[in-house]
Amino acid sequence: MSATAARAAASAYELVIGLEVHIELRTRTKMFCACPVTFGAPPNTAVCPVCLGLPGALPRPNAEAVRYGIRLGLALGATIRLRGTFARKNYFYPDLPKGYQISQYDQPLVEGGAIDVPTADGGVRRVRVVRAHLEEDAGKLLHGEGEARVDLNRAGVPLVEVVSAPDLRTPQEARAYVAELRAIAEALGISDVRMEEGSLRVDANVSVRRRGEEAYGTRVEVKNLNSLRSLERALAHEGERQAALLEAGEAVAGETRGWDEVRGVTYALRRKEGEDDYRYFPDPDLPPLVLAPDAVERERAALPELPAERRRRYAQVGLRAEDAALLASRLGAARYFDAAVAAGGRPREVAAWVLGEGARIENEGGPALEAGGLPPHQLVRLLERLERGDIARTAAKALFERLVREGGDVDERIAAEGLAAVDDPAALAAAVERVLDANPRAVADVLGGKEKAIGALVGGVMRALGGRARAAAVEAEIRRQLDGRR
Amino acid sequence: MNGSGRLDAVAWARRLGRGEARAVDLARAVAARVRAVDPDVHAYLAWDEEALVKAAEEADAARAAARAGPFAGLPTAVKDNLTTVDFPTTCGSRILEGYRPPYDATAVRRLRAAGLALVGKTNMDEFAMGSSTEHSAFGPTRNPLAPDRVPGGSSGGSAAAVAAGMCLWALGSDTGGSVRQPAAYCGVVGIKPTYGRVSRYGLVAFASSLDQVGTLTASVRDGAALLDIVAGHDPMDATSAAVPAGGCLAAAEEGLSQGEAAWRGVRVGLVREALGGGVDGAVAARVEEAARALEGAGARLVEVSLPTLDVALSAYYLVATAEASSNLARFDGVRYGLRRQAATAADTHRRSRGAGFGPEVKRRILLGTYALSRGYYDAYYVRAQKARTRVREDLLSALGECDVLVTPTAPDLPFGLGERTADPLAMYAADLLTVPASLAGFPALSVPAGRVDGLPVGMQLMGRPFAEAALVRLGAAWEAMRPWELPVWAEGGEGR
Repeated sequence: MSATAARAAASAYELVIGLEVHIELRTRTKMFCACPVTFGAPPNTAVCPVCLGLPGALPRPNAEAVRYGIRLGLALGATIRLRGTFARKNYFYPDLPKGYQISQYDQPLVEGGAIDVPTADGGVRRVRVVRAHLEEDAGKLLHGEGEARVDLNRAGVPLVEVVSAPDLRTPQEARAYVAELRAIAEALGISDVRMEEGSLRVDANVSVRRRGEEAYGTRVEVKNLNSLRSLERALAHEGERQAALLEAGEAVAGETRGWDEVRGVTYALRRKEGEDDYRYFPDPDLPPLVLAPDAVERERAALPELPAERRRRYAQVGLRAEDAALLASRLGAARYFDAAVAAGGRPREVAAWVLGEGARIENEGGPALEAGGLPPHQLVRLLERLERGDIARTAAKALFERLVREGGDVDERIAAEGLAAVDDPAALAAAVERVLDANPRAVADVLGGKEKAIGALVGGVMRALGGRARAAAVEAEIRRQLDGRR
Repeated sequence: MNGSGRLDAVAWARRLGRGEARAVDLARAVAARVRAVDPDVHAYLAWDEEALVKAAEEADAARAAARAGPFAGLPTAVKDNLTTVDFPTTCGSRILEGYRPPYDATAVRRLRAAGLALVGKTNMDEFAMGSSTEHSAFGPTRNPLAPDRVPGGSSGGSAAAVAAGMCLWALGSDTGGSVRQPAAYCGVVGIKPTYGRVSRYGLVAFASSLDQVGTLTASVRDGAALLDIVAGHDPMDATSAAVPAGGCLAAAEEGLSQGEAAWRGVRVGLVREALGGGVDGAVAARVEEAARALEGAGARLVEVSLPTLDVALSAYYLVATAEASSNLARFDGVRYGLRRQAATAADTHRRSRGAGFGPEVKRRILLGTYALSRGYYDAYYVRAQKARTRVREDLLSALGECDVLVTPTAPDLPFGLGERTADPLAMYAADLLTVPASLAGFPALSVPAGRVDGLPVGMQLMGRPFAEAALVRLGAAWEAMRPWELPVWAEGGEGR
């Protein structure tokens, strides 16, 4: 079936998506031992008898990880179970040192809750969270020539797995859900939430059904979705694949599939024989996880502002819904914005610079605004000088970028680099005269009624003055001199 | 200190403390004994005379400088499922042959901190699964009292080492009776402390919710003293109890000096079911006789019933094997131990485990895997846990009516080598009377209670959680009433 035909078939079907998101917690130590949580350390250097699963070693729970789990549960509006248990999930794999993963099964830390996912039309869609539980990560296999080596630095790193209800209906919604969950985890300070480094990993349960039908179709699990883009693409592809199968009168096989980023397709990893039997049972090495109610209340009292509240607040200070959402989804930028506004910046103007120039510099490989050389009060100063006309907009943008990348004081740099706008009427008149003389065609065009041609002349003068002129003054002088040439 | 003129470990420690003997001579005498006896008994999987003598010399030097603890330099044996940095730790299994742990078990660390001198690592049923020490991959241990019979198990190596004088005392581990039953079979004293009393960190797990480090000693007060050394909360073990430890030696000394008087007014619960069917008549008779002696000393005998005794053994074998099936999953040929390389990781797992585990371990892994499998979990594992709760309630209620429960430790006398290896159920039955305290997590003590046809009979005293001191006080009082012959050890050595 061609791609077009596949999409046509797919439109008669509805996707049903549930997500399992694994969030690596940024605790100082691992879930059940004192090894540091690291990223990028040489293989097998952040390990001890416990996380290596050596004979006789025993786990001991990390209270910090439990607090992080509570915090996440509260942010999701969920119930925190005051008595939970750790359970063993038994399976063999070379990266799993004990032959079982310590997780939670029938008594997870967090039950219920929801995430209100912002939709394209500015509204929200409520996606239910079934549960979130604490568990330990496995190690990593490093594949080489004809052999695989095991790195256990990651083994035992605390994870919280957030399981959604099958409430998502489009790849875009799924993406927005993960983005929102990521923003929440970031706001809570519980994770680095870097998908590319594996600190946030997504598995998707996907099925399709004919629109209007109630019953769910056969579920396929898609693994290894390492970016928001992969997630969206994989779900779109998987939905089309399943719809095409049904359309052709074939059945969808219940299986686990991987995502091939390069070819843009999902591929079968293994067939599910009924349900996998992990032989869960309560871990006898760990007593029940009993929480004092006031421990939960302490976390509740310490909850920071969450992305949804931030969006509302930004909308109230006049940001467009889009900008408010974008800003609220990026904690560093949002904090920078808040500080700049607190220092006297006008919200919309600050947002424009943060989301415009600031984001551009970061995307081009420069520092993030909050990590760069231009502190928020300096941005406010720059905007003041710009507004007063002390510096031209083009020059201000260039200075902004230099300051972000290299640091420095706004006022000193404007003075030292001669960036202050040229206010000398004689210098301006001379520059305009040179430019008019050098561009007879443009002059003729303007005089002939082609108003737009004046832009080229203004640009020429600005260039001649190194961007330090005020555009309005330049245009006025051009018109004055052109009047003289009529 | 008793009729034979032989000394227990505590008496030896006092001689050392008074400068009447040197630890190094004691160590040499013990080593000579190991060299002479162990080729026949096979209590040790590994031992190191040089290290033993060196540790004893250090203890003597420390004592001369008044820096030594009271037990420094006493030759001590350790079961091979406790990790040690200076000896391999094999758990009696091919899969860990030659494995050297990078860390000491907490109990071993505490032995070293007390200045004890390690002799070596003792033989055991593979991964503590067995009641005869015949399931060791490295060959069985013989009972020093009757060489054609088993020493019991799984801590048979430790029990035999103590009984044959190849150490002064030893650590073992008890999951369903693995300290108490070999103590009974070898005519020595065994203590299984309350679950959580001694850290399990570094005790290679068989069944985590049941395993507990215990002591095998010549006298009750030796057990008390050794328990005081290793007991106490350990942050490395989340199931270790934050309950103050210590005081057992003092309690035992009190019992020793009080003798019969210590039993006056004590309510002794005789467990009816433990003296009936399934228990050797001669063994039951010895224990009933002991009970009458206690009554003679002023104890009140109370007949109590443990109606769950019959289900306890089944519940135990389900819970223990379920946990074992998971605990032993880590032996996969990837990081340590035996590896049989194959083309795929899954085949490497299979072949390594197939070659590394013995038949009894495989049997229990299969049983436990089955009990945890979907569709069987509720019928086996969950039901076994419910039965476990009932056993605990039964014991608690019996211990509400009396101060101590008394049973034979094992339902029979030491059996012949090879007699039960082909009959797993007969082997499992040896645990009948010891599993209730294991399932409940309660402390229990096995003391010698006379002999039948020259073979030792053990009497088990069970107490309330964390009441070890009360148990050893009564046990020591019993020892004062009916002193048994201390192990024939260090013959020709300093101790005579």
